[in-house]
Amino acid sequence: MAEPLIRMENIRKSYGRVQALVDANFHVNEREIVGLLGDNGAGKSTLIKVLSGAVPLTSGDIFIRGRKVTLRSTSDAIAHGIETIYQDSALVTQLSIARNLFLGREPIKPPRFLNRMDQEAMNAVARDLLRQVGITKNIPPTTPIGSLSGGERQAVAIARAMHFDSDLIILDEPTNNLGVAETQGVLSFVRSARDSGHSCIFIAHNIHHVFQVVDRIVVMRRGKVVADDIDPKKTTVAEVERVITGMSDKEIRDAISDGPQQHG
Amino acid sequence: MENRSVIHRLIARPEFGPLVLLVVELVVFWGINPDFLSPQNISNILAFTVELGLIALAMTLLMTSGEFDLSVGSLFGFSPVLMWTLYNGGVTSLELGLLVALIVAALIGLVNGWFVTQLKIPSFLVTLGMLLVVRGSALFITDGFPQRTWSAEGSWLANILVGDFYVGPFRIYASLFWFIGAAIVLGYVLTQSRTGNWIQAAGGNPNAARARGVNVNRVKVGLFILSAVMASLAGVISSLRTSAANPNSGTGYELEVIAMVVIGGTALTGGRGTIIGTVLGILILRVMRNGIVLIGVPGLAYNIFIGAIILGMMALHSWLERRHQAGT
Repeated sequence: MAEPLIRMENIRKSYGRVQALVDANFHVNEREIVGLLGDNGAGKSTLIKVLSGAVPLTSGDIFIRGRKVTLRSTSDAIAHGIETIYQDSALVTQLSIARNLFLGREPIKPPRFLNRMDQEAMNAVARDLLRQVGITKNIPPTTPIGSLSGGERQAVAIARAMHFDSDLIILDEPTNNLGVAETQGVLSFVRSARDSGHSCIFIAHNIHHVFQVVDRIVVMRRGKVVADDIDPKKTTVAEVERVITGMSDKEIRDAISDGPQQHG
Repeated sequence: MENRSVIHRLIARPEFGPLVLLVVELVVFWGINPDFLSPQNISNILAFTVELGLIALAMTLLMTSGEFDLSVGSLFGFSPVLMWTLYNGGVTSLELGLLVALIVAALIGLVNGWFVTQLKIPSFLVTLGMLLVVRGSALFITDGFPQRTWSAEGSWLANILVGDFYVGPFRIYASLFWFIGAAIVLGYVLTQSRTGNWIQAAGGNPNAARARGVNVNRVKVGLFILSAVMASLAGVISSLRTSAANPNSGTGYELEVIAMVVIGGTALTGGRGTIIGTVLGILILRVMRNGIVLIGVPGLAYNIFIGAIILGMMALHSWLERRHQAGT
């Protein structure tokens, strides 16, 4: 079998005495969209933070195309081709689309010592990219992110990841707070990212959105990966929900009806 | 229609409000007392304006990055005291004294930045603490007495910093050119350079900036150092011009400088800043201070007007911001 794009082995992460990840194993293949599911506190966010370099792991190994890597920071991860798009936090609302796209990697006009951004080049690339991800509205690249809709912002973030040739784009709750049409837009951006050769990890509370777009579903529970080869075409939402909670249908029903009394 | 949208865009610019206010001020003061626009009065306004202005320019960048510095007023007093103490004590020449004062200021800025970025303490608290340390040091070094300064006369340092000459009837100090130069350089840095993009991103969304590999901490520490050095330089310039080094000078300047910056349209919360706006904000406050005295309003009433201007401009900026966000 071909070496996966990303392989994480026996990942442990503890915050003091709290074990957030307990020997988690996880992989993403080339050109694959993986849906990462799990209840609150299951360890999804921690796993993603480890993979995006935001938090250091306690123990375990990460391999990219079979080569072991150490991710000390988010810029380390980006340099290794791993781009994470956190909901609403990946962009600077005060800056324009073009300036966001190139943030941290602004092209410089000669002479270099003047440190002057090549704004024409940035705007031209931004215009192209917006078309590429399927934004049909005529939005000038100098528009501040603050005046874009939620879906358009996600599109800009995805376009940025595609432009800088990230191998893996991690989308954390990209469809939260979006309307129906906008959600469909974001899902199609994700598909176009895969079609152009990128892999994605898709995290969403809404399982239906995950089912629409992913090739494979991975479920986490209590810091472990409990299922990593669920084919969304051969399974149902209810079945996946059972795996997520680790309960039978009857237990789920009981928990829902007794929930407030038990936990209150 | 095209014209309409150009006018709309002009009005939506954060500098538009301050520009209108400055013009109104000039017209009103000139209307009441024509001496207001006399060469002598304009020269007076400009002389001191540039000294506070140098601090405000650096503060604009720092505030755009989401921080501010309350220790600038105390550095304005401390640096000349240090320079003159070294010189009067025969420890260094005047020039070397200035260099030492600037290096000490840079170190103070570095400490401010380190506390804010590494210990994650809000800049309000860090720089408030530093204000007391620096002001206290100035008072301690001097026993609270002003330093002797008369011997600067004729030194080349005094000439390049505050040498004065006449352009027609206007008395111009060399410091005006330092101010104009600093405004051009910092305006360029903020709007054209890559560093400017990082400064705005650091203030607008530091996490997003970090995720893109921008070293937000380094940007902020650099700006704290810039702010401290500019405050120090402004203090030395003022001391050379007035031939005085009082350990208490600069008291309250920090708030006046911050007021200049926010009136000009820089967001107190960071992410958006304008050097042109700050230049307008500096002029608005200095013209107000000068004008109300010239038209016969008691000088003690100055703060009432400044407070009202700050409130009015904040209301205007927030209204424009909301209109802009709504896309109208």
